[in-house]
Order: sequence, then structure tokens, then C-alpha cells
Amino acid sequence: MRVADSLFSQLIGLCAGVLLLTGVLLVWRRTKSGSIRLLALQGIALAILVAMIGIHKANIETLAVALLVLMLKGVFLPMLLTRNALRSGIDRDVPFINPTASLLLVALLAILAYVVSRPLASLGSGPAIQVIPVGMALVLIGFLLLATGRHAIAQLVGFLVLDNGIATVAFLTAGGVPLVVELGVLIDVLLVVLILRVLTGRIQTEYGATDLDDLTELRG
Amino acid sequence: MSTDALMIALLQIVVMIFLTPLLIGVMRQVRNRFEGRVGAGVLQPWRDLRKLFAKEPLRAPGTSWIQSAGPILLMVSSLLVCGLVPLISTIQSKLVPGDLFVVVSVLLLGTVALALVGLDAGTAFGGMGSSRHMTIAALVEPTVLVAIYALSIPIGSSALGDIVRARIADPSSIISLVSLLALVALGIATIAETSRMPVDNPSTHLELTMVHEAMVLESSGRDLAWLELGSWLRLGALLGLIGSLLFPWGMATRPTVLGILLGLIMLAVKLLVLGSLLSATEVFLAKLRLFRVPELLAGSFVIALLAVIASYVLEVR
Repeated sequence: MRVADSLFSQLIGLCAGVLLLTGVLLVWRRTKSGSIRLLALQGIALAILVAMIGIHKANIETLAVALLVLMLKGVFLPMLLTRNALRSGIDRDVPFINPTASLLLVALLAILAYVVSRPLASLGSGPAIQVIPVGMALVLIGFLLLATGRHAIAQLVGFLVLDNGIATVAFLTAGGVPLVVELGVLIDVLLVVLILRVLTGRIQTEYGATDLDDLTELRG
Repeated sequence: MSTDALMIALLQIVVMIFLTPLLIGVMRQVRNRFEGRVGAGVLQPWRDLRKLFAKEPLRAPGTSWIQSAGPILLMVSSLLVCGLVPLISTIQSKLVPGDLFVVVSVLLLGTVALALVGLDAGTAFGGMGSSRHMTIAALVEPTVLVAIYALSIPIGSSALGDIVRARIADPSSIISLVSLLALVALGIATIAETSRMPVDNPSTHLELTMVHEAMVLESSGRDLAWLELGSWLRLGALLGLIGSLLFPWGMATRPTVLGILLGLIMLAVKLLVLGSLLSATEVFLAKLRLFRVPELLAGSFVIALLAVIASYVLEVR
């Protein structure tokens, strides 16, 4: 049992590492195709994390949730985004802050996340509680991507990272939510992405680009 | 104990001198095969070295003693690093422990020597190469320090041998969050430090963006041989360090002949596998624009910093 426990904690740590690493790389790499691929990797890592928790608690429902997360965040959403990204021509997003500065911002945000989640970590012990800061850091990185991205797709990616962060914190603290709730959340995200995708498509056909800076005036 | 450690350090140096040209040869051969060329064979770096050592160095008028002393200094620093880093065994001398800070400062000594050689002849190319090299070095050294520091926190010692020994004792720590982040950062730092592909193209002489080749442009004969061998040894030692951290099994923890033999074989296997992997990934990469290199290095620094934060947080229980 002790060996299994130590393996569990290492695997949780590994998944959290991949989540954090993809978050950092998403800030660094601002091409559409690159960030969508990283996002898919992050979704897969999240799904594995959920599956680990499910196996550890021997809970079938959590495993089903893991499968759902894998299908939606690892495969379906990236596919949707890819189809959308291919339509709009330019691959590079030029963010408001240059990559070096935003990477340093990520470091600050990570420290902030660790400080903020200190009280949470004291609530319980165990490997899952220990890596809560990673989820918090993902939430903050998602905010950063949302705030500094210029293109619609980049902001959508930021939104999904934010959602991944929230899901990570939820699974790590509560050890999984009921299937119905998780299903609701996932469908919610799916709907948001679908709507934003249609919106991006419309912006694209209307203005020929998805640079949201151009949308400054109202027209009747 | 101390004589054992000294013998092992000497053995490591001798082995690395023989192994690294072979490593470079294998890396070039892998690259050639991937690109559909026959390649010069894995022994070509050896032949190059023999040719260069037999030649008299030509020094441009106006160059100072640095032109001849710099290559030797680089070579000496590389040999010291090879002796200090745990490659074959984790046994280390009490007198000069393979401490993280010692290793990084010895590496930096070699970096400075190389940059001075580049500056000495006073040509535009050399100066450009040196200035770029120092820019990269200034960004890389903190990353190396911070990344290994993250690994040293749980162990409570900054001696590399102790870190590797702790990893042999507790293999599950190798796939932990801290270790993953630190190794990624260390990998990027190694690539930048040894002028490999996304940062510098090691196989070109005619590019305005080159770094390493620009510095050695004015050297020839013996000087060039020392510079090349010294740089190869740095690559070998850093790859060997990553290999030891990533896959510490088979390294000798006790000074027995069998254990050291096993450590030797493992070292050769690790180096060749890591080198082939590095070279195979290089085929698919394009050189980064020089102004984007700081981004890459800032990224690796952030990852190393995250590793340190994570190791502190995971430590508090």
C-alpha cells in the first residue's frame, strides 16, 4: 500500500508538472496552431490527473468523468479550435506584453498562487492537496492569457486554460465532483466555445481579421 | 576514501576525453542519416583532432598571449568539470566536492576564456560572437544554478554527488514535479550553453547569426583543436550530468572495480543515447532568431524558478 501511495503522489506530481509546463509554454508560444496543440496536451494531462484520483479512490464515477474530460478537452475542443484557426490566415498572435516580460509575470503569478493557496494546503495532507497551487497558478495564467491576447483565438485559449485551472483545483480539493455537475460544467464550456467560435467566424467574415483591437466603435 | 575519489575523478577525465569525440561523431552521423546523407563516419572528430594537433597554429599579427592561453584555459576548465560532475560514480573527494556552485563557476571560467579568444584578434566576427556568447551565458548560468538548486533543496546539500545518490536511493523522486521542471530547465540551459541547435547552429561557418563558430574563426592548428575538444567536453559533461540525474542506476556508489566498470558502460550508453536524441530532435528544429533567444532562456529560467517554488511548497508538510 505504501508503494502504491508513493507512486500515486509521484504521478499526481508529474501530471501537475505537465499542466504547469504547458501553461508556461502557452505563454511563451503565441502561434495559434502551437497553442492549440499545447492546450490539447494540457487537457490530456488533466484527464490523466482525474483518472489517477479516480483510481486512488476506486470511484467509477470519477473515472467516467476522466473519460469525458479526455474526450472534450483533449480531443474535441482542440479540434474545433483548429478548424477555426485554419480559416483565419495569420498564425502569430502579437500579445500586448512581450514574451519575456509575460514569462517573468508568470513566475510572479506562480509565487502569488503558492502564497494564496497556503491556507488551503493546511486544510489537509496528502499529495492531491500539495499540488493545489498548480491549479491556482493555471487560473492566474489563464487570466494573463485572456488579458494580453490580441486575437479572438488567443483569448479563447486563455479562457480554456482558466477553465482547466478551475477544474484542477476542484478535482484536487474535492476529489471529484458528482458526474451530473461535471457534465453540466463540461457542456457549459463546450457551449461557450461553440458560441465564441461562431462569433469569431462572424468577426472574421465581417472584418477579415480577428484582432479584437479593431472592434472599437459601435455601428448602427 | 580521498584517493579513491581522486582516482575516479581522473578516470572520468580520461574516459571523457576518449568518449566525447565519439559522442560528437555519433551526433553528426545521426544528423547526416536523418538528412539523407552518408556522413563522414563516427570517427571523423578524432581524425579532425589528430589533423589539427599536428598543425602549427597561425596567429594573426596583433594578437596577444590570450590567443594561445585561452584555449588551454577552456580545456582545463572543461577537464575540471568532467572530473567534478558525478558521471561514473557518486563518490566525491572531500577536498573539492562536486558542488553545484563550484561546477557552475568553473564552467563560467571556460566561457570567459572562449569569449576572450574571440575578442583577441579584434575582428568584427569574433567580437560579435563573443558578445552574443556572453549575453547567452549571463542568461544561462542563473538557470543552471536555480534548476540544480531546486533538486538540492529536498536533499539539503548542494554537492552533485549527494543529489545523485539520493536519487538512486529514492527512484520515485525522479518523476516528481520538481524533478520534471528542473530537468526541462536544465536541458534548455545545456542546449544554450553548448551552442546547440535552436540557439546556435553548430555546423555553419557562413551565417551572421552564429555564436560559437564566430569566436573560433581566428584560431587554427593546435589552438583550434584545444577549443574544439574543450567545447565538446563541456557538452559531454553537461549531457552526462543530465544523464546521471535522469537515470542514476548503474552508477558506482562504492569504489569496487566491477561497479566502476558498470558505471563506465552506463555512462557511454547514456551519453550516446542522449546525444542521438538531441541530434535527432535538432533535425526538426530551425535556428531561433537571436532576438528570440532571450525569450527561450527566460522561459527556462521561469521553469527553473517554478521548480524551486514547488520544492519549497512540497517540503512544507
